[in-house]
Amino acid sequence: MKHVLDVQDMSVTFALHQSEVQAVREMNFTLAKGETLAVVGESGSGKSQAFLSIMGLLARNGRASGHAMMGDVDLLALSAGELDRYRGRDIAMIFQDPMTSLNPTLRVRTQLAEVLVKHRGFEQKAATSAAIEMLERVGIPEPAKRANSFPHELSGGMRQRVMIAMALLCQPKILIADEPTTALDVTVQAQMLDLFKTLTEDFGTSLVLITHDLGVVAGVADRMMVMYGGRAVEKGTVDDLFYDPRHPYTLGLLHSTPHIAKRAARLDPIQGLPPSLEHLPKGCSFNPRCAFCFDRCLEERPPLIDTGNGREKACFYEGPMAYGKVA
Amino acid sequence: MDQTPINLLEIRNLKKTFSISGGLFSRRLTLTALENINFSIRKGETLGIVGESGCGKSTLGRCILQLIAPDEGQVLWLGQDLTRVPAEEMRKRRQDLQIIFQDPLASLNPRMTVGEIIADPLRTLRPELNKSERRARVLRIMAAVGLLPEMINRYPHEFSGGQAQRIGIARALITEPKLIVCDEPVSALDVSIQAQILNLLAELKDEFGLTLIFISHNLSVVRHVSDRILVLYLGRIVELATGDEIYEDPKHPYTRALLTAVPIPDPKLARQRNVDALRGEIPSPINPPSGCPFRTRCRFAKPYCAEKRPVLETIQDGRLVACHRWREIGVPEDAVLGH
Repeated sequence: MKHVLDVQDMSVTFALHQSEVQAVREMNFTLAKGETLAVVGESGSGKSQAFLSIMGLLARNGRASGHAMMGDVDLLALSAGELDRYRGRDIAMIFQDPMTSLNPTLRVRTQLAEVLVKHRGFEQKAATSAAIEMLERVGIPEPAKRANSFPHELSGGMRQRVMIAMALLCQPKILIADEPTTALDVTVQAQMLDLFKTLTEDFGTSLVLITHDLGVVAGVADRMMVMYGGRAVEKGTVDDLFYDPRHPYTLGLLHSTPHIAKRAARLDPIQGLPPSLEHLPKGCSFNPRCAFCFDRCLEERPPLIDTGNGREKACFYEGPMAYGKVA
Repeated sequence: MDQTPINLLEIRNLKKTFSISGGLFSRRLTLTALENINFSIRKGETLGIVGESGCGKSTLGRCILQLIAPDEGQVLWLGQDLTRVPAEEMRKRRQDLQIIFQDPLASLNPRMTVGEIIADPLRTLRPELNKSERRARVLRIMAAVGLLPEMINRYPHEFSGGQAQRIGIARALITEPKLIVCDEPVSALDVSIQAQILNLLAELKDEFGLTLIFISHNLSVVRHVSDRILVLYLGRIVELATGDEIYEDPKHPYTRALLTAVPIPDPKLARQRNVDALRGEIPSPINPPSGCPFRTRCRFAKPYCAEKRPVLETIQDGRLVACHRWREIGVPEDAVLGH
C-alpha cells in the first residue's frame, strides 16, 4: 500500500541550559491513506513532540533529525518558508485547546477564509462561502450565523469543530489531532469521534490521533503505536494490542483504564511514575515499573523488532503475561 | 430536629443561583446553578455525581461544604442544618467535612513545605496539639497515602501530579474527617497514576471508614468507585440509583445517552455499539428550556415535555428519576454496553 507519510529514524532533541534532552528517539512508522493511527502514551512519552517536529512547530531550542517523507518531500529537511507550501494544504494539525489555537480578535469566518485565500488562492468572497459550507459539514448549526462569531462566543465543542473545519478546508491528506477531545464532555466527544470516522471514510483523510485515552482509541483507530520514554515500545493493529498485548507497558495501560461495563474491586495500575527524560534508567526505560523485568532488561535496551503479522515490540520478555499476581 | 442515624448527610430543596453581568449596559442575569436538589448520603457509601460541564456538580460539592452559601434549602449534617451554623462553629465542623481538588498543584501553597501543608488544618481545628504531636500525625498520614517521610520538608513544585494529589489527600485526611468531597480528583492525572490514586482512595476509605462524594465527568471512573450515582443536568437531578442500576438499566434518556457516549476500551464492543449521540449541546443555564430541561436534546420528547417540569419521583428502592416518559420508553433496544 502507498504510504502518505513515512517517518524514518526520527529523533527530537531539546537543548537545555547545560545539557540536552532527547524527547523522541529513533522513531519509525508509516501512515496509509484513509488510515487512523493512534499514538498512545503518558505525559513525557514524546507523543506530541514527535508530531510537532513533523509540522515544523518545535520550540526554538528543539531540533529534529531523521526523515518524515510525505511522497518525495522530506518534511524535516524543509525551512519554515518551504513548509508553508505543505502545511495546511497537505498536512494539518489540531490541538487539545482550541481557544489557544484560534485568534481571539478575529471572527470565525475571517480566520477560516484566510486559509483558503492563502493556500488555495481563493477570492475573499468565494473563500467565505466555502468556509461556511465547511462549518455546516462539521456539524455546526446555523453556520452562517456562527461564522460571524468570535471564538469566545462559542462553546468548547463548537470551537473544536471550527478548528477541524479550518484544518479540513484545504482537504489535507494528513490530519494530526493532538488530544482533540480531552477537554470535551463525553457527549460532545462522541460527536467528534463520529466526525473523525466520516472524515477518514468519506474524504480518505489519514488521521493521526494522539491520545492517552484507550477508550477513544478503541472506538476510532485502525492501528496503534504505544510510546514510553520517547520511544515506540509496541505497534500493531488496535485489536492485536487490546486483546493480545505483548509489551508489559501496553498491558499495564489496559489494566489501568476503568471499563464502564466491568466493575472491578481494584484497578491493577502500573506501579511507580513515568520516567524523567533527562534520567532514563539504564537498559529498558520501563524496567523500574515492569512486573516482568529480568537481568537482561537492566543492562541492555530492547530494540523495537518485527514479531510478524505487522506487529512490533521492544521487550525481551517472551513468556506469558498473567497480570495482577506480580505487580 | 429529625435525626436519621444512617444518613450522614441530607440535602433538602437546595437551590443556588448566581447573578451575572449581562454585558456593559444590560441588566444582570440570573443563572440557576442548582434547583430542587434532594438526596441523602449514608455513612460509609461513595456517592458519585456526574454530568456535563456546567451542570452544577462542583457547585453542589461546594454548597455541601458551605464553601458557597446556598440560596435556599437545608444541608443536614447528622441532623444539624449547616446553612444555619455560625461561621465560627462551621470552621470546627470542617474537621468532619473535607475536600480534594482537581488540580493538585494549584491547590497546594507553593511557599509551604509538604509537612506545613498537611499540618495546616490542624492549626485551626486542633490548636491543642503541640508541635511534636502534629508532626507525628503528619508522618502517620503521609505513610497512609504513600509519601515517604523524607518528603516532609520538600516543596510542592518538586512533586509530580500524582504525588501532589497524594499531598492533597493527606491534607484532607489529617483532621480525621467523616466525609470527603472529591472534586475531579484524578482528571488531571496520567492513566497509570489515575489508577494508583483511585486504588489509594478505596484503601483509605476502608481504613478510615470514610464516606465519599465523588464528582467527575468521567463515567467509567465514577462507575468504578461509586455505590450510588447521581446524574445532574442543568442543575437538576435527573436520576439517582445504585451504580449497577444506572449502568444496567438506566431510566432517564439523558443517563442512557451519557452511557452510550462513554468510550469503551474494547475495540470489538466499540465497533458494535450503537452510539446514541446526543444532538447539540447543553443549553444555557441562564435561559433553560421550559418544562423538562433535557427535552431539547431528548429523542423521546413529546410536546407536553415543554409544558410541565417532571418531578423527581421515587420509583423503586430509593431509585429516583425525573422524566415524564420513563415508564413508556422501556429498556434500551440496543444493549447500552453490549454485555
